[in-house]
Amino acid sequence: MKRLIAALALFAAPVSAQEATATFGAGPTELVFRSTTDMAIFGPVIESFVASNPDLSVVYEQWGSNDLYSQSLSDCGSGIAPADAILSSAVHQLVDLVNSNCAHSYQSELTARLPDTRRWRDELWGLTEEPAVIIYNNDLLDPENVPKSRFEFLDLMRQNPNDYLGRIATYDIEASGLGYLFAFSDSTEATTFGAMLEGFARSGAVATCCSARIIRAVSEGEFLIAYNVLGSYVQNANIPNVGVILPEDYTLFLSRGYMIPKQARQTDAAQRLLDFLLSNTGQRVISRMGLIYPDDPAENGLLPSAKRFIPLSLPLLVAVDQHAKERFIDYWRDTFAALLFLP
Amino acid sequence: MINLLRKIQGMSLFSRVLAGVLTIMAMGGLLVALASFENGRQAARQSYDRLIQGAAIDIAESIRIVNGRPIADLPVSAFELLSLATNDRVLYAVRGSDGTLLTGHDDAPLPNSLRGSGPFFHDGTMHDAPARFVTVLRRFSEREFSGVVSVTVGQTRLARDAMAWDVIVDTLVPAAFVGLGLLVVALILIRSSMRRLEDMTQALIDRDPYDLTPMDTKGTPAEIDVVLRQVNRFMQRSERQMDSMRNLISDTAHQLRTPVAVIRAQAEMVTAEPDTDRSRAALERLLSRTRSLGVLLDQMLNRAMVIHRSDSIPRRMVDLRDIALDILDSRDHELLAPNVEVSLNISEDPVYVLGDEFSLTQAAKNLLSNALKHGVPPVEIGVSHSPTHATLWIKDAGNGPDDAVLARLGSRFERTTSSKEDSAGIGLSIVIAVAQAFDGELKYEKTADGFRAALVFPRSYEAFS
Repeated sequence: MKRLIAALALFAAPVSAQEATATFGAGPTELVFRSTTDMAIFGPVIESFVASNPDLSVVYEQWGSNDLYSQSLSDCGSGIAPADAILSSAVHQLVDLVNSNCAHSYQSELTARLPDTRRWRDELWGLTEEPAVIIYNNDLLDPENVPKSRFEFLDLMRQNPNDYLGRIATYDIEASGLGYLFAFSDSTEATTFGAMLEGFARSGAVATCCSARIIRAVSEGEFLIAYNVLGSYVQNANIPNVGVILPEDYTLFLSRGYMIPKQARQTDAAQRLLDFLLSNTGQRVISRMGLIYPDDPAENGLLPSAKRFIPLSLPLLVAVDQHAKERFIDYWRDTFAALLFLP
Repeated sequence: MINLLRKIQGMSLFSRVLAGVLTIMAMGGLLVALASFENGRQAARQSYDRLIQGAAIDIAESIRIVNGRPIADLPVSAFELLSLATNDRVLYAVRGSDGTLLTGHDDAPLPNSLRGSGPFFHDGTMHDAPARFVTVLRRFSEREFSGVVSVTVGQTRLARDAMAWDVIVDTLVPAAFVGLGLLVVALILIRSSMRRLEDMTQALIDRDPYDLTPMDTKGTPAEIDVVLRQVNRFMQRSERQMDSMRNLISDTAHQLRTPVAVIRAQAEMVTAEPDTDRSRAALERLLSRTRSLGVLLDQMLNRAMVIHRSDSIPRRMVDLRDIALDILDSRDHELLAPNVEVSLNISEDPVYVLGDEFSLTQAAKNLLSNALKHGVPPVEIGVSHSPTHATLWIKDAGNGPDDAVLARLGSRFERTTSSKEDSAGIGLSIVIAVAQAFDGELKYEKTADGFRAALVFPRSYEAFS
């Protein structure tokens, strides 16, 4: 098993870390912005920022979350940080960075307005509100079979496992920092998590990578249902035959974390970007890009009490802990004994 | 230092007391502050030490032996506990018996010594920030694994220091209010105590320099009362002296006007008298008049001197026997009444009084000359005493004056119809003035064998001098 982990670690650290790079604006001051968010989604937000800040240009580097984390940690250790701002969906990794004294502290009226769950030590700020949802193919799944909650989902998997054999998908928690974070948060949120894993195993669920691929596969009918998909990506994909469910028992909400590395050269520009992102204009653009889920119970049928933010605070350190992660992945892997790994 | 001392000496009483009170308050405040600093630090240390200890124990409890090695299934609850210190960063490390890191942060320091069973609290730094650490040990004796696993948990001190500060502020703010209240009360007390003093000062400032009436001592604090009484006494003395001066002047004017007029008239008569015999007789009368004027002047000056001395010369121990002896030795009475025998009657013990020798002598002389002039020989001068009183007395064999005369005796211008020409009537007033000046009195006694006039004073003893 140790060999397997080593292999996985190798797999998780590819030679070329950043997936895409682009420069926004033409200002003389260059801000290096590293993000795990697809450039297609967050690019317009940055465009809007440089439009109102002509003295700045933003170099947008798109990274995988695990790579971004290990790169930032080594940058922090070496004291040279090429990145001026980091936006990551794997907030547990950001909490660890902040805890390791790698973050720059900043306060403004706008940051002070953030609720406690979306701010830690004035060094980490949550910008978005994105739910972890269940999606389904509404051409292929009968409306009465659509699960409104995890309990219904479990019943579905338990009652007719054969109907869904290999047709249910979820994140591969080893490959995706976000998938791991969601699974970890599920495990601390409710006891249904164990049952869910069993259900996945029984119905031969597929653990795979990357939101875009999962959504496309559901739309194409390869999967009927996918669990813990980031709602914002679904909204952005805007595919009519993909239905979205915010589980009624509880819905996890992720707030993408924004952090300024301690050694950042353009802290001022990074602070301006933060204030822009938190301003009404910035929030409106972010919202338009689907990163703030419409907070309307009438529309999404979600009670406020079922809305669970993943709080940006110390307990997320457990998600980063080596032993805890090993144990968790072991547990996951044991349950998914017959799991099919898809490339 | 000397300058400061001088400054303090120059300060008003109010400032001095105020400075004292402020010093005491400052010292008290310092003590309270020190105590509350220690208190706050202690309270914060206990609370947050328990927090990290709880988290460490929680983590230690979560360690299981899996496949022969200890694995910490890090409990979220431990970190929720730690996140009660909202903004503090955390380090933790789980280490095997050989000190190798099993999980967590390798930069979490271990205590210098791990002897005993712990928990071991230690101070350290976390990425350059001051932090507090605790290490707890868990011993395993399993088939697969045997040894000690240490769990170290540390936390920066933000919440800890904030709590210490809160406790300090919570203690100091009420203490400061109490102190302020005490200060105000003290100020009011001092002010009200000083008010009487200020009133007195103001009264003195407002007072006409010629006004010698006593000052009001009602409601005066005891310390000031003494001063005020002294001032009053001083003013009374001043007034007495002024009075006596006034008396002296008016007496002199009054007493001299008549004799001088008489002398002038007689002198005119002498010049106008052609007859030598009569003019000689007139000249003799003139001579007698001038002599009597001389006596009068002597007596008036004596009296002025006696009154002046009694108020201005410090009292001394005087032996009354010396006075009596001096009078006899001076033999003045032989001039006055050459044929009268004056005998002496004194004891062997010294008889001391507090007084002025000159004044007492003058008084005694006056009494003696009265006895010689008006009394019946033999005349006796004597000194006697009781344990509390000393007496100087003159005695003659006559009956003394009438009761009616006795009652009027001693006024300044008492001149009876029987007064001889050379008597000014001043003698007794001197005697009485002296008696009063030295807290004594003049007493008359009519006995079967004669009349006695006595000066009675409180007796004094050498030991008191």
